[in-house]
This record gives sequence, C-alpha cells and structure tokens, in this order.
Amino acid sequence: MSLLADSSIAISGLGAIGYGLAAIGPGVGIGIIFGNGVQAIARQPEAYGVIRQNMLLGFALAEALALIGFVAPFVLK
Amino acid sequence: MSAFGVLLSAPADSETCTEIGSHLGNGCQFPAPTAAIFDWAPLATYHLFGVPIEVTKPAILLAIGTVLILAFFFVAFRKPALVPSRTQSLGELGYTFVRDQISREVIGKDGDKYVPFLVSLFFFVWVMNLFSIIPGAQFPVTSRFAFPVGLALVIWVLYMFLGMKKQGPIKFFTNFMFPPGLPKPIYVILAPIELLSNVIVRPFTLAVRLFANMFAGHLLITIFSVGAWYLAGPQVLGWIGATGSFAMTVALSGFEMFIQFLQAFIFTLLTAVYIGGSLHAEH
Repeated sequence: MSLLADSSIAISGLGAIGYGLAAIGPGVGIGIIFGNGVQAIARQPEAYGVIRQNMLLGFALAEALALIGFVAPFVLK
Repeated sequence: MSAFGVLLSAPADSETCTEIGSHLGNGCQFPAPTAAIFDWAPLATYHLFGVPIEVTKPAILLAIGTVLILAFFFVAFRKPALVPSRTQSLGELGYTFVRDQISREVIGKDGDKYVPFLVSLFFFVWVMNLFSIIPGAQFPVTSRFAFPVGLALVIWVLYMFLGMKKQGPIKFFTNFMFPPGLPKPIYVILAPIELLSNVIVRPFTLAVRLFANMFAGHLLITIFSVGAWYLAGPQVLGWIGATGSFAMTVALSGFEMFIQFLQAFIFTLLTAVYIGGSLHAEH
C-alpha cells in the first residue's frame, strides 16, 4: 500500500517538473518573438498591423508547446 | 512546530474539515483543487434512440451563449440603416474588426467570402471563454476538451475541402509537401514533416491551445479563491492572507479577460491562415 502511495506521489511530482521543463523553451521563444516584435514596431511604426499579426502567430505556435506540456501530466496520469 | 504552530489548533481529519470548513485555523490541510473540478454531474438525462444524452452545466452555458450571440446580431442587423442605431454600430464594429484585422490582413480581398464564418467563430469562442468570469456561470465552456475539438474538426474539414477544391485533390498535398527551390535530398525529410504538420498537428494544436489556456486560467482562479477560503480564520494573519488571495483572484480575473479575448482572436487568426493557405498555394 505504502509503495503504491509513494509511486503516485512521485509521478504527480514528476508532472510538475515536466511542465517546468516544457515551459523553458517556449518561454525563451516567446521572449524573442515579442522582443523582436517591439523592436520592429519601434523601427517601423507604420507596419504595426502586419508585425502584430505575425507576432501573435509566432506567439501562438511557441505557446502551444508549453500548453501541451501543461496538459500532458493530466492526460498521462 | 514552527512559527505557524501558534495559529494552528489541533489537526482535524478530512471528514471533520468538510463539516466545519477547511480553514487553516481548524488545522485542516489545503484542499487543493484538482482536474476533478471540470467534471460536472449530468443535470438531466434524455434518451434519443437508446443513446443517453446527458445535459451538463457546460452544455447549458453553450445553449445560453449561442442564443445570446444570435439575439445580439439579430437585433443589430434586423433593420440595417444608413445611419446606424447603437446596437447596429456595435455589431458593425465587431464585424469590421474581424474583417479588417483578421481576414483582409491574412487572406486578402478574396477572403471576404469567409468573413461571416470567421465572425461567427470569433464571437462564439469569445463568449464561451467569457463565461469563465461571469458570476453565476463561472466556467469556461471551452475548458471541456470536446468543444474545441468540435470546432477544430469543422475548421479541418473546411480547409482541407477548400484546398482540394481550389488547388486540385493531389496538387493541394504536393504544393505544401514540395515547396519549390530546395535541394532534392531535403525533400526526403521535409515532405513527411510538412504532411504531418498540415494534416494532423494543425487541428490538434488548434484545439489544445484553446482548451489548455482556458483550463489553466480556470484552475488558477480556483486555486486563489479556494486559498482565500482556506486562509480565512479568526486570526489577523489569516485575514490578511485571505484578503491577498482574494485580491489575486480579482487581478487574475482581469488578466483572464485579456487572455480570453486573445485566444478567441488567435483561434480565428489561425483559421484565417489555414483558409488562406488553402486558397492560395504556398509561394
């Protein structure tokens, strides 16, 4: 019984660690996307519409990885 | 016993805690919300041809939201006038927002045919997300995975069909699998990756992105509201903690409002990108 309880605790802890690992890459990516996006807007304010749209597109693609990491521990319990 | 030991009375077991309320002062453990808060018991069950249809809270919210959107746009555009009424100009604001910010930017002029679909999609997703912070509802319908999956499947069928119709059933696939101007050996790796990403990964990430955002947001708000309840107690320190936790709930609700709008926007934007990709071959 105690073995079962211990292993389930270990696995739920691993889920949190897994999410933390999954958030590193997208975190860096989103930072780069918005950093360069703001820089681009500062250089060319008249292209705001196109830049913002592409910025959000890149953000959505990078963010998806972190979100899959967030959901995975719930699914693969 | 640590410094908190002063605050704690005798520890209570979980049954007593549900009776007297899980507060820190009662010596109870923090009742952390789990994924179980997204499961709703059916309020009513109907049988249609022997198949049980269970009506849950998200399903009722879905019906209310759909009726609200239909009613709003019906009132707004029932008698369109050159000098618009207040409701009409609000409806036009929403329509032109999707047309100018999403459709014209991504697809171009020939995307105007698909603006009604994109407008419906945007407002549907937004209202379903908004239920997360509306008192009484307080549950984002889109945090049940089936709803985003249904939407993503509709979009998948639409852009696959459009692509095969506009570019030809075989040409559509070869167009995105073999972008011109690359050295030949690259295609060995690129073609399967592109096929996988266009046919399977696209609808999957579209559904997961919306679902996971709403799921995480609802869980976050719930954790801080439960935290406020848990910390509330007769001690001054407990009330300070509870106030802080409740303030976080309010702040997060504001943040969630932004996320809800952004996710509805991104969902519609990506749909427009996929439709645009099907209308014009990659160049």
